[in-house]
Amino acid sequence: MTTETQARQAAGPDFGITPSQTIGPFFAYALTPRAYGGPELATEQVAGEGVEGERIRIEGHVYDGDGAVVIDAMIEIWQADARGRFNTSGNAGFSGFGRAEATAEGGFHFETIRPGAIEGPGGTMQAPHLSVSVFARGILVRLATRIYFEGEPGNAADPVLALVPAERRETLIAKRDENGVYRFDIRLQGEGETAFFAA
Amino acid sequence: MSLIYPRDSLKAHPLNATPAYGSTVKRAPSKPLILLPHTLSETTGPVFGHTGVAAGDSDLTRQHQGEPLGERIIVSGRVLDEDGRPVPHTLVEIWQANAGGRYVHVRDQHPAPLDPNFTGAGRALTDAEGRYRFVTIKPGAYPWRNHHNAWRPAHIHFSLFGPSFLSRVITQMYFPGDPLFKYDPIFQSVTDERARERLISRFDLGTTEPEWALGYTFDIVLRGRNATPVEEPHDH
Ligand SMILES: [Fe+2]
Repeated sequence: MTTETQARQAAGPDFGITPSQTIGPFFAYALTPRAYGGPELATEQVAGEGVEGERIRIEGHVYDGDGAVVIDAMIEIWQADARGRFNTSGNAGFSGFGRAEATAEGGFHFETIRPGAIEGPGGTMQAPHLSVSVFARGILVRLATRIYFEGEPGNAADPVLALVPAERRETLIAKRDENGVYRFDIRLQGEGETAFFAA
Repeated sequence: MSLIYPRDSLKAHPLNATPAYGSTVKRAPSKPLILLPHTLSETTGPVFGHTGVAAGDSDLTRQHQGEPLGERIIVSGRVLDEDGRPVPHTLVEIWQANAGGRYVHVRDQHPAPLDPNFTGAGRALTDAEGRYRFVTIKPGAYPWRNHHNAWRPAHIHFSLFGPSFLSRVITQMYFPGDPLFKYDPIFQSVTDERARERLISRFDLGTTEPEWALGYTFDIVLRGRNATPVEEPHDH
């Protein structure tokens, strides 16, 4: 008998993943608890001082299907370091993980470094990008998307961007404003709806 | 160990477009999701060591000067992958209402009292066998404005990472036999009955501590399956 069979028998007949449920409106005091004086697991500061790479700032808002600003969302990002590596132990001050609350006052932002390119399926190269999870009241299963960067020469050959219908690709590309800040708004529904992935 | 993430498993999840839960109506994407290949970006994820968890974070009854009001409970269980293997040293975050059904959150308007001895936020790392354990109080049911006379069944919110971006999940744990289940569109958003039952903890006399606290067991199964199951030798 395989260990897998043993494990499944031990777990009972109704084995399967635990379904997702909404984060609800009241998560902040636990997950993004700065205003409550609670300990933060992670913040919008993904890269500390001295971390190798070009420092970038990303700012955005989350909008619902009426174009109203969503004030109770949590955004998480996951990314490679400047050399395209994940979970590198030798890169002090860089976890690759960020968590931010989207608020009525300022939307959300992240301070990080521009990630390197990483390999993709079938010998392709993926352009620099951040993996994004969006959680909010009214979202029963986290929404997965990606942030790419305007002007990256690798975008044209990126194998994931290529899967997105051409007219929706722009929704995944952060645009640099006059202050050098990358703007990335997340539109949950309707006009300009962000391309979300089934991961 | 290298993991694969069968997409079929995702069928356990609710649809984001679940109109009975009113907040989804303007927040669920209207366009089809795009199938994302599982590249390095997806098969890796953050690792939280003990730096993310302080001693005492898993006992929600001892975060203030006094003890919170309510029914003291122990919520414990295992975090497993889809093969039933433990997910060791993974982060579990929880949050919940107090015994009166009130959250500490500034926007919670439910006219039930706050408890100065209860915040309702906790964290734990699973051990080498995937086990976690929290001491807390049983949260109260609370009203919400989804529809006339709408009440949420008592629940504890759970947030887990597991080994990668793909195993990340936020869910809610319920208590057995709650009469509000059939009226709750969030619980009912999980349309598969067996999947829905996986959201319900089990009363457990084995983890109940005499003269102290009732025990509830809640095992959580995250996405991820061994890419290369190993055949064990037969002994005959
Ligand atoms: Fe809740």
